[in-house]
Amino acid sequence: MKVLLMGNPNVGKSVIFSRLTGVHVIASNYPGTTVGYTHGYMKLGEKPAEIIDVPGTYTLEPTCDAEEIASRMLADGEVVINVVNATNLERNLYLTLQLLEKHVPVIIALNVWDDTKHRGIHIDLEKLRLLLGVPVIPTVAVTGQGIKELAESIPHAISLDLPVRSRDERWAAVGDIIEQVQRITRRHHTWTERLEDASVSPLTGGAIALSILAAVFFVVRFIGEGLIAHVFDPLFQNVWAPTILKVSSFLGEGGLLHDVVVGKVVAGEIDFVESFGLLSTGVYIPFAMVLPYIIAFYLVLGILEDTGYLPRLAVLMDTFMHRLGLHGYAIIPTLLGFGCNVPAVLSTRILESKRERFIAATLVSVAVPCAALQAMIFGMVGAHGGQYVAIIYGTLFVSWIILGFILNHATKGFSPELLIEIPPYRLPSWQTVFKKLWMRVRGFLKEAIPIILGAVAVINVLYFFGIFDAIARFTAPVVSDLLGLPKEAITALVVGFLRKDMAMGMLAPLALSAKQLVVGSVVLSMFFPCVATFVVLLKELGVANMLKSAGIMIIAAFLAGGILNLIL
Amino acid sequence: MDNRKLISLPMMRPGQSGRVIQIRGGQGMINRLNSMGILPGKKITKVSSMLMRGPVTIQVDRVRVAIGFGMASKILVEEE
Repeated sequence: MKVLLMGNPNVGKSVIFSRLTGVHVIASNYPGTTVGYTHGYMKLGEKPAEIIDVPGTYTLEPTCDAEEIASRMLADGEVVINVVNATNLERNLYLTLQLLEKHVPVIIALNVWDDTKHRGIHIDLEKLRLLLGVPVIPTVAVTGQGIKELAESIPHAISLDLPVRSRDERWAAVGDIIEQVQRITRRHHTWTERLEDASVSPLTGGAIALSILAAVFFVVRFIGEGLIAHVFDPLFQNVWAPTILKVSSFLGEGGLLHDVVVGKVVAGEIDFVESFGLLSTGVYIPFAMVLPYIIAFYLVLGILEDTGYLPRLAVLMDTFMHRLGLHGYAIIPTLLGFGCNVPAVLSTRILESKRERFIAATLVSVAVPCAALQAMIFGMVGAHGGQYVAIIYGTLFVSWIILGFILNHATKGFSPELLIEIPPYRLPSWQTVFKKLWMRVRGFLKEAIPIILGAVAVINVLYFFGIFDAIARFTAPVVSDLLGLPKEAITALVVGFLRKDMAMGMLAPLALSAKQLVVGSVVLSMFFPCVATFVVLLKELGVANMLKSAGIMIIAAFLAGGILNLIL
Repeated sequence: MDNRKLISLPMMRPGQSGRVIQIRGGQGMINRLNSMGILPGKKITKVSSMLMRGPVTIQVDRVRVAIGFGMASKILVEEE
């Protein structure tokens, strides 16, 4: 049996999905968190039922891509669980009536039920059931309240033979139902509501945004640095290093196998960044340099996502983003890109037009460094002084603006208008925040570790046979003359195609000056996406646009790198 | 009814309420707004608008919706 979870955006479908199936999906407090669809299974009586988490939609007459997916999926659903936000029955019931006209069995999960009381909303459940004619189960997805009843009601879903109505008739019917089942008691504005309004007002909004971004930056650095200095680094220096040295002497302190497994040992010491063996650099980069920042960034992002602040940032940034050929909501893929470019490119689906998606995906790939790369930049460039890190971020920011400006004028079409629902502020539930953090950290480890270890092994072998020297001689004019880097830096650029954190690591043994490190970091950030991002770009943009996007990245990277080399 | 005063969303003051009378846009835009509950006859309250032709935030039913300036200018409201 196929069960579809359908409803307006940001009503909690993904949380209900996780509760029903035990499959964890990313859920946040903003419309458009789910852009593809996820499916999982639950036991329903004896047989398993397939549950599908459909992207949120306001209507079955699709007005954007996500809504089109939703209405297409309805065709092969056997039961629909219509998730309805109880604090906003009016808007949600429109879709409900549309669903009931489609002759599919429907049950209704009246979610966010706990919020109705302190918002002064009284809903007559019995009457609502009577008027709609299908089962209605109040739920609080984040706490799990009502989920059991919901699951038990799936077999009791009822298909009504409602006649197809016109839009006006449907809205009139919604108004009718609301009149009979809902009563609102007036009450005073709460302080969160005041804060909600303050964050979308020009002056206070700007101040709030700046404070939040500054807080995010400092908290991420504080947690990241703290984890490195107090947990991971001591662990590696005191526990792991002696172990590897034993392995080193066991392997005879030299030879191909030794260099692949342990790496170079200088004067009986392991240099975790430069040794470049599987057990030294291959483990140190992902665990001790990148992981701490991944944890820090995704913890903070998760909290920010769940408070409901991000759509407000979109409102604030809208005018500015229009200059880049986008609208305010493109700030969400951009922010996600600071974690990893892959989900960022996927989330460009929340934007309406192909043109916007192309611009947003290209801008993210060029100018937004992922958390792994940023961790390496902090670790390696930060050692030379904060001003160099600032130059890197400044260059990326300026490139983002200039390139967006150019793309806006060079790409046919116009940027559509912003139209988004602004969710209320909610206190994040720690359970969801940590679950989300764990999923993202696990995703990073599963993705990064095999690639990094594989790359270390292959690169060592290629070095051993002098392959890189041959390539380096060939590319020396660009790398050395244009960018002012030693010709061996080409290996880092090549490896950048696999993983950018790894690629930064490869710059370490080259003894670069601070200026060269800045150029190297900027070129690595902007130049070609890593393979994982490349694959999603290809899928999302198609071959032709992907090639266009890649061309832009390469040109932008060498321009920025060349200019920095000249002026620094 | 003839001498009622229609103004567009950006012209409303924050905190001011009104009733949507007309949406002067193409079918696509009307569809998108309608699906979010913004249609003629609906009572709305303006929350705020951003400077420099930024989006207008309104409250309709119990939701806040942000609407880009161009679109907001095409929504005509009768003041209350």
